Amino acid sequence: MGTIEAAAPDINKFGFMTTTLNDAIGWARKFSIFQYPFVTACCGMEYMSTACAHYDVDRFGAGFPRFSPRQSDVLFVVGTISHKMAPVLKRVYEQMCEPKWVVAFGVCTCTGGFYDNYATVMGIDTIIPVDVYIPGCPPRPENVLDGLIKLQAKIQSQKQEV
Amino acid sequence: MSLALAQAVLTKFPQHVTGVEDRHGVGVAVVKRESIRTVCAALKDDPDFRFEMLMDLFAVDYLHWEERDVRFDVLYSLYSYSKKHRVFLRVHVPEREVVVDSVAPVWPGANWFERETWDMFGIRFEGHPDLKRILMYEGFEGHALRKDYRYNKRQPLIGPLN
Repeated sequence: MGTIEAAAPDINKFGFMTTTLNDAIGWARKFSIFQYPFVTACCGMEYMSTACAHYDVDRFGAGFPRFSPRQSDVLFVVGTISHKMAPVLKRVYEQMCEPKWVVAFGVCTCTGGFYDNYATVMGIDTIIPVDVYIPGCPPRPENVLDGLIKLQAKIQSQKQEV
Repeated sequence: MSLALAQAVLTKFPQHVTGVEDRHGVGVAVVKRESIRTVCAALKDDPDFRFEMLMDLFAVDYLHWEERDVRFDVLYSLYSYSKKHRVFLRVHVPEREVVVDSVAPVWPGANWFERETWDMFGIRFEGHPDLKRILMYEGFEGHALRKDYRYNKRQPLIGPLN
C-alpha cells in the first residue's frame, strides 16, 4: 500500500501517471502528518516507543511532532482525560487548522476505560470528534501503527478540502 | 517499636490522648479533636520525639460502619529524621461538626494535605491559611471521596453528563 507502483502500475513503462487532484492531495496529506501529542498519562510511554527509532513512526510520514496545535493536523490524545482537563483539550482542538484529524490513543480516551468515577471523561468523543480509535491499555506499538495506517487510508479516501 | 512510641505519647499527654492502637505493627495514638495542634506542636519540638516531618495527612469516612458512632477520622503520619521513628495520630471528627484545627502553622507541608482532605472529604481545617480545593475545579459540588457521594455522579465542565 502506498507505493507509487501500486497507485499507477504503468508508471515504469510510460514514465508518467494519471490521477485525480483529489487523490494526489490525499496521497500528499497522508504521508505528511504533523501530529500534536496530547499526552496525559501512561499511554505516553507507548507513544514514545512508537515514535522512537525501534518502531519509527517516521516511516509513515508522521515523525514530526509539533508542539503547537496551530502547526499540526493530527491530534493524538494519549491518556486519560479528566473533566478538569476537558476544556483544555477542546481548546487545543479548536486551535488546530483544517484539515484536521483526531486519534483516540488508548482505552481511556476511547471510552474512559476502567475509570468510572467523578473525575474521568467517558471517552473524548463526548467532547471532540474522533477519526480513529486505538484501544488497549496501553496499545502496543504495532497496534498504534495499525491505527495510523487506518487513519492514512481514511485521509486518502476522503474528499480533500483545499 | 512504634506501639511503644504511641504509649509514650499517651504518657506524655494524658489529658489530650484518649488511647493507643496497634494497627498492623504501627502505633496509633488517638488524640482529642480540640488538642491536635497542641499535641503536634509539642511533639515536633520535644527532645524525646522530635517529629520534624509530617509524612502524610488524610481522612477516612466510616459511614455505614455500625460499630462506629463517629463518622470521620483524620490521620497524621509523623516521622522523625533525627530519631528515626514514626507514629500515627488519629482524630475522630463527628459529622455534626466536620472541623479540625489546622496543623499548617506547625508543619507548612500540611497546607496541601489539608486542602486535599478538604477537597475530597469536606473536612474543614480551622486556621488554615488558604483552604480551597486543590484537585477538583471551582464549581464542583460535594466532596468526591465521601461514601455518600455516588461513585458515578458526574459534574463535567464541558460535555454531556455521561
